[in-house]
Amino acid sequence: MAQNGILQSSLAKKYAMAVTGLFLCLFLVGHLAGNLQLLTAASDGGRQFNEYAKFMTTFPAVKVLSYLTYFSVLFHLVDGVVLSLQNRKARPVRYAMERASTNAGWSSRNMMLLGTIVLVFLVTHMQNFWWQMHFGEVAMIDYDGESVKDLYTVVAAFFNPEMNRWALPAIGLYLLGQFALGFHLWHGFSSGFQSVGLRHPRYTNIISCLGKAFSVLVPVLFSAIVVFMYITQA
Amino acid sequence: MDFTLKIWRQEGPQEQGRMETYPVTGITGDMSFLEMMDVLNDQLIRDGQDPVAFDHDCREGICGMCSMFINGEAHGPNRKTTTCQLHMRSFKDGETIYIEPWRAAAFPVVKDLAVDRSAFDRIIQSGGYVSVNSSGNPLDANAIPVPKADADDAFNAATCIGCGACVATCKNASAMLFVSAKVSQFALLPQGQPERMSRVQRMVDQMDKEGFGNCTNTGACEVECPKGISLDNIARMNRDYLKSKVTGE
Amino acid sequence: MTEMPKHSVALDAKIPEGDLADKWTNHKNSIRLVNPANKRLIDVIVVGTGLAGSSAAASLAEMGYNVKAFCFQDSPRRAHSIAAQGGINAAKNYQNDGDSVYRLFYDTIKGGDYRSREANVYRLAEVSANIIDQCVAQGVPFAREYGGLLDNRSFGGVQVSRTFYAKGQTGQQLLLGAYSALSRQISKGKVTMYNRHELMDVVVVDGKARGIIARNLTTGEIERHGAHAVVLCSGGYGNVFFLSTNAMGSNVSAAWKAHKKGAYMANPSYTQIHPTCIPVSGHYQSKLTLMSESLRNDGRIWVPKEQSDVEALRNGSLRPTDIPEERRDYYLERRYPAFGNLVPRDVASRAAKERCDAGFGVNEAGEAVYLDYASAIERYGRTEANVQGIPAPSMEKIRELGEAVVRAKYGNLFQMYEQITADNPYKTPMRIYPAVHYTMGGLWVDYNLQTTIPGLYACGEANFSDHGANRLGASALMQGLADGYFVLPYTIGDYLADDIRTGEVSTETPEFAEAEKAVQDRIEKLLGNDGKIPVDDFHRRLGRIMWNECGMSRNAEGLKKAIADIQALRSEFEKDVRVPGRADRFNPELDKAGRVFDLMELGELMCKDALERNESCGGHFREEYQTPEGEALRDDEGHAHVSAWAYTGVPAEATHHKEELTFDNVELKTRSYK
Repeated sequence: MAQNGILQSSLAKKYAMAVTGLFLCLFLVGHLAGNLQLLTAASDGGRQFNEYAKFMTTFPAVKVLSYLTYFSVLFHLVDGVVLSLQNRKARPVRYAMERASTNAGWSSRNMMLLGTIVLVFLVTHMQNFWWQMHFGEVAMIDYDGESVKDLYTVVAAFFNPEMNRWALPAIGLYLLGQFALGFHLWHGFSSGFQSVGLRHPRYTNIISCLGKAFSVLVPVLFSAIVVFMYITQA
Repeated sequence: MDFTLKIWRQEGPQEQGRMETYPVTGITGDMSFLEMMDVLNDQLIRDGQDPVAFDHDCREGICGMCSMFINGEAHGPNRKTTTCQLHMRSFKDGETIYIEPWRAAAFPVVKDLAVDRSAFDRIIQSGGYVSVNSSGNPLDANAIPVPKADADDAFNAATCIGCGACVATCKNASAMLFVSAKVSQFALLPQGQPERMSRVQRMVDQMDKEGFGNCTNTGACEVECPKGISLDNIARMNRDYLKSKVTGE
Repeated sequence: MTEMPKHSVALDAKIPEGDLADKWTNHKNSIRLVNPANKRLIDVIVVGTGLAGSSAAASLAEMGYNVKAFCFQDSPRRAHSIAAQGGINAAKNYQNDGDSVYRLFYDTIKGGDYRSREANVYRLAEVSANIIDQCVAQGVPFAREYGGLLDNRSFGGVQVSRTFYAKGQTGQQLLLGAYSALSRQISKGKVTMYNRHELMDVVVVDGKARGIIARNLTTGEIERHGAHAVVLCSGGYGNVFFLSTNAMGSNVSAAWKAHKKGAYMANPSYTQIHPTCIPVSGHYQSKLTLMSESLRNDGRIWVPKEQSDVEALRNGSLRPTDIPEERRDYYLERRYPAFGNLVPRDVASRAAKERCDAGFGVNEAGEAVYLDYASAIERYGRTEANVQGIPAPSMEKIRELGEAVVRAKYGNLFQMYEQITADNPYKTPMRIYPAVHYTMGGLWVDYNLQTTIPGLYACGEANFSDHGANRLGASALMQGLADGYFVLPYTIGDYLADDIRTGEVSTETPEFAEAEKAVQDRIEKLLGNDGKIPVDDFHRRLGRIMWNECGMSRNAEGLKKAIADIQALRSEFEKDVRVPGRADRFNPELDKAGRVFDLMELGELMCKDALERNESCGGHFREEYQTPEGEALRDDEGHAHVSAWAYTGVPAEATHHKEELTFDNVELKTRSYK
């Protein structure tokens, strides 16, 4: 009969990949919505952005979501590595000649590579901002009697070539990360639906188009914000 | 036409294999790929060498026995075509052709280009059937009408010839297309309903035990499948397996 | 070699008493049964896993016997039953066109040119309906109509629609159904499956079949397997002609080994030549591909009338489409105005050969005729234009519409043709030629499907029983499954009832040891032979002899010559064959060497059988026995019998035994299609 632990079967691992991946897509939407405030943040000295950051780090429901996000990232990562190792083991001898490009898209064949680049980016990204916000020394700012961490200044300074001599390489890495994310999503978004069996002659095309739009739009907007920050301060 | 063949040679399951180069001459475009291999073997036997072992039987694209990875693709460059139905006119005179066996841990090499696909048999044995005895008096064949669309979908899933091109071509050596085709055939027919949930569980479990890789939805299997089995079947199996786990049936 | 029976054994077909329609029911009710507890003590070996073998093994295991099943392919699902395209007949009368068990019985007897056994054929028709019920219950996806009920099509030479089908892959779907039933029993441990194993000999102990010697084709190991009964479901032997529509591995070896151990071969010369196959294109051609018979429904068959056009076609200076109507010879329509292009297979094949022999063959080898869809395309196109209300359509428009209709009906076949020949059959007529397709002859069996060796049974194409001298379209699948699901599992009980106290059959006996030693010696001899010529070379030459002298038409002189030629070929084989590789490895050349040798012996017996049958019937056409118009001339006085041959050491010296055929329920008539 069927194996007991749900994660033991190959399909269950794929469900987990799909569910965590699609959840992280939701996270991306939220994160992007927050970051878009940076485009107008200079006008109010970053107040709206800082208040939003405070809300995001303190409001209980958001807290729950954020732990879910950490969990999803870790699970997606570990699960992905386990799947990849199993896949490698499933073909111990490689082909001398392979023409994989004739039957499958590049991104679908390189999810591990793309995921790894996103991961590297993620680590530096969290070190630069998340760590600063939570454990670093961030100046406090007073809004109507309420003391709030001035994350905006940290962000602005990070992308200011005069205040951070690593700003340009950091932006390079950021863009690379977004690039990888885009390709990761190009396959991952619709793949997630397929993995949980959500496929239908009428809707699959819509999901596929939505996925492609998502995978272009989200990284482009994230990148645009960073480039904007850099250009306006350079 | 003349060709340079690079062929995987391996004495037996335990021995080390290697690519060997063989020239072959006097081939015509009307020859099938396997007939070209016959010419090579004829030449090798006359020269006192060991001919290349490969699996083949019907040579009309239906038995699923032929299994060559040709120039980096399962069953060669043509779509919806088995190796035996591939003709030499699909190649350019003077071309170098790579010929390798299906590569998967679950398909160990028997000799040269022949592999052991009994893992597929074991997956079918684990649940790829309807439990009915041949008593001579089941229901009349027309007692349960089946909507034509379902019957057609079931048929399309059932056309799988079990050649293993899906496994060979998948970058993860996954057998999902094969397994899901059989799961789907029965899931779409009324006769398959009583065992539907236990069947999908048993077949997926057996698939995992055999050491096939995981599906990453690259879709390569569908492209290279000589019978054009659709990814719809994989989605259907994903759905059924999930349902079976959630409902605990 | 075991001792041959000294005197001629009377051939008792053991046909039950009573009315034709009651024989099978009465027989089932009166034969002995083995109780379930005792079935567990009985082992049965089934060789071959096509429709007959898979269904027999599954059914026997369901009943409780311990079954060992063998196939030489890498999986039981590969057997050549899988290649049958057209369909399976059953007397269901779902179309309400007056079909009945009797009509199916009658059509089969008549189609077989009155050379089959009434009682067997009636039983076949009787259980045909059960087959469809069984397969649907197994989840076989037959074609259905929009109302959800099963669809039928009509097939060559009958007046009702009784053929069930699954697109062009009926054989595949039925085999997968039987394979799944077999797989279920394997999972229960009731069947032990031996893939990539070949039967090397049948072991006879005290006059009864008690096991086999098998070779593991992967490791080369020679294995002894004992059982209380052995069932051969090893298919037909069309590969004796080298080029046929059979699979490369199809062979006669299992049946032939049994023949050498005392089982009689019946009517070995009855061969079905299918008229619509893709012609031979070169020396290294390894197999011929069948184009479904359904193509003759709409296609017109012709060759040029004038030799000059033939020459021009062959040297490429003329295209077939350039030949005007008045210079074309639609020879089937000319010779058989009543049936035209839809005459039965044997008649259509012979007519093509007649034209090609007269020098009108349209390819370089002179062995092809045209199957032309131009007029069908035009006819359908005009109808379609009317349907769509297009006034005064242009010829291009008509052709375009017509091609679409033809594509919908025959698209997959046209595509297959184009894939193989690189010709576009919508634009230029297809070239076709007859090819060997099925062998009606096989091991002689009685009503219980038992051969002349007690305990040795034969089912499906391996036996001779139901198709007489010519098989009807869509009846091979029916017979294979009838034998395996519904006949053998019952009749074998009558024999096994004596074996409930026998206990396990020991393989540590002199008979097993002797058989094993002979197999080993033969393998050593083949591998150690200091020859130069590959096995295929001999196979090709055997095929040429058989095709020329024992093919679509035969004569005494040619058959005698063929016997001498085959004997010479065999001794050359013994001297000059080169079999490379090792005995303890996967070695397809070694497997092939054994099979080709058996085919050579069989070929000799086929010629002998054809020589004895001084008449023309069904697939057997003797040039000496024809009407002035060139039609087959049957001899019901002298040859309404089954010829069963007993091996004596040399195939051409086999002893002849007759089973007289009696027809109490049908009147013998001359088949006429004029």
